[in-house]
Amino acid sequence: MPDIIYFDNSATTCVYPEVISAVNEAYSRFYGNPSSLHRLGNEADIILQQSRQIIAKTLSTSDDCIYFTSSGTESNNWAIKGVCRANKRRGSKIVTTKIEHPSVLECFKYLETEGFSPVYLDVEPNGQVSSELVRETIDNHTILFSFILVNNETGAIQKAEDIIREVRFINPNTIIHIDAVQAYGKIPINLLRLDADLLTISSHKIHGPRGCGALYIKKNTRIVPILHGGGQEKKYRSGTENVPGIYGFAKAAVKTNSAMQENRKKYKALRDIIIKGLSESFSDKFYVNSPSDGYEGILNIAFPRVKAQVLMHHLETKNIFVSTGSACSSRRNVQSHVLTAMNLPKENIEGAIRLSFSGMNNEEQAYEFIDAIKEIIPIIKY
Amino acid sequence: MKTIILVRYEEIFLKGLNKPMFESRLMKNIRKVLYGLGAVTVSRSQSRIYVEPNDDNYPIDEAITRLTKVFGIASVSPVKKLETHKDTIYEEAIKMTKEILTRHRYETFKVETKRADKTFPLKSMELSSQLGAVLLKAIPQLKVDVHEPDFIVRVEIRENTYIYTEKIPSVRGLPVGSNGKATLLISGGIDSPVAGWMVAKRGVKLEGVHFYSYPYTSEKAKEKVIRLTKILSQYNLGMKLHIIPFTEIQLAINQYCPQEYLTIIMRRFMMKIAERIALENGSLGLITGEAIGQVASQTLESLLVTDNAVTLPVYRPCIGMDKSEVVEISRKIEAYETSILPYEDCCTVFVAKHPVTKPDLQKTIDYESVLNIEELIQNAIDNDEVMLIE
Repeated sequence: MPDIIYFDNSATTCVYPEVISAVNEAYSRFYGNPSSLHRLGNEADIILQQSRQIIAKTLSTSDDCIYFTSSGTESNNWAIKGVCRANKRRGSKIVTTKIEHPSVLECFKYLETEGFSPVYLDVEPNGQVSSELVRETIDNHTILFSFILVNNETGAIQKAEDIIREVRFINPNTIIHIDAVQAYGKIPINLLRLDADLLTISSHKIHGPRGCGALYIKKNTRIVPILHGGGQEKKYRSGTENVPGIYGFAKAAVKTNSAMQENRKKYKALRDIIIKGLSESFSDKFYVNSPSDGYEGILNIAFPRVKAQVLMHHLETKNIFVSTGSACSSRRNVQSHVLTAMNLPKENIEGAIRLSFSGMNNEEQAYEFIDAIKEIIPIIKY
Repeated sequence: MKTIILVRYEEIFLKGLNKPMFESRLMKNIRKVLYGLGAVTVSRSQSRIYVEPNDDNYPIDEAITRLTKVFGIASVSPVKKLETHKDTIYEEAIKMTKEILTRHRYETFKVETKRADKTFPLKSMELSSQLGAVLLKAIPQLKVDVHEPDFIVRVEIRENTYIYTEKIPSVRGLPVGSNGKATLLISGGIDSPVAGWMVAKRGVKLEGVHFYSYPYTSEKAKEKVIRLTKILSQYNLGMKLHIIPFTEIQLAINQYCPQEYLTIIMRRFMMKIAERIALENGSLGLITGEAIGQVASQTLESLLVTDNAVTLPVYRPCIGMDKSEVVEISRKIEAYETSILPYEDCCTVFVAKHPVTKPDLQKTIDYESVLNIEELIQNAIDNDEVMLIE
């Protein structure tokens, strides 16, 4: 197999080899059901609780606030629907932003059919929600405010502490949910200082196995389960625990979190090489859609008069894998809702590709990417 | 006593002296479609075909599902074959009636008897009425309705006795292969699989050609066409698919020809390539999913210009249909869900904002003459990726 340049780490990541062996080991040794009362069950339960402690520690919180789920999508669904159902009589207004992941936006859209009134906040051109807008929007009837900490398409980071302070000041009963799927393991999250009620994380974005996520729930938060059954996870999330997956999740969490500082430096370097390289040696124009103060590991760039999907497939022929938000389609108007919400011109949206890095990328790959762009863009420009 | 499958055909009756040819083709197709399910004997008697499993554990239901996708078959019935004896017949008829009542909420029935074996002592009418009485006695909640019964218990007395209660409709048409071969231009949309299916229904063996513009379109577009071909292949007893790389041609047209003529010139290239492949493979015509006026390249003027590129006849079974009618057939053949997957087979880069709706033939020929047509076509055909889709 030829060398692959994988710049699509926000879509998913490759699983660390040591995580694969850990999962393997758990499957062969700890296959008991943690709910079983015999020894095999107990062993599995111990592994599960250890993993819970490890994940809790990476967030600077206590392990009884961590609930395992099957994915980031499930955690977001649970957080949003669970809060709405538990707080119906306190109000119907629920607030989020226009740049959320579909697993949040679609929940809000769905809850409208259950009688809730969603509000979608605009963002500034840098992808951040302004404190003023939060202050104007939150009121006494607002039961939930949900926002994405690191945006998956642009890397924009919300000023979470400022936002939370505003919300708490106006309505201390508003429950705050943070979608931290793209933030966990990438930027520091300290729940001692960050006063969120709920926070979503996912395993496969940090080199862990798929099918694993978690929801942090601050003690005494009013939320009801959405999955009912055998009463696992303290009756809050039924379904036999994915012990091997969770074990791998915890292993990956430790490694990714401890490499965080080093990785961010590396991503910053990759990002600078690409932006600088393209501005210096590439005669055509290009746009950087990612805010300069965003998360370094996500770089959204656009080339004028280029269809993103065509560019993506051409890069693919050179074994460079990136992603695109907009599809090459005349029939459907599929444009990135995130870039649209940032008020970017049409050209910036149509030709936008997203590069997302991991610790396994290196500078040589960034230079190869620049060379590929220089070769491809003149061919595919229309 | 064992279960066998009775296969009925209709149109083949009308074929006069050619009837044996159609019948043996149909039997061949039946053997082919049932291949792998277990050993069976396929025989023909009195204008019906019988599929008789050699093994009692034969998967009858799966066989019937497959037979309902064989062109030429009008209907099939799972049939109990037993020795001709009055008591055995009654006993089995009661059992079968009870069985069908567990699956349907039927209330009325009638018995129909055919007595080909005249040595059987009861006449048809006599057996029908006696068996009817036996069934009424055994299952008191049933009633007889000879005009509009919910179900019919059919008894046929031949060299053996056959009893059945179900008649499952199949796709009709003529056996595939009885009418030669034609080449289908398959795009990945809704229309072309339907067009192919309709021609195949008349006994024509299909061969598919798809034009692939990677990396301007996704590999998923190709996967989608393979999946659609797989669906058609079930009706077609296996199907060959040619994937023709088309990017070079599209780029050349895009660079050297006027924008509004891109699509029509592209269509002509597709037809020319399809015709070459057709002739190499013994096809006698081309099939497309075009319908008059659906898009710019499907006006009468455009179709005239497209047809001019080839000499083989072009069959367009959807030509007079509305989209909703095509969708209806697409759903019936279970292609619709795949057809509407969002992977485009042609990139918008190669689509003009305002394509010409009334192209002029001479102009089109002049515009495309700047291209090295022969070399482009030969190059594409040389890189043809052929696969056999079972």
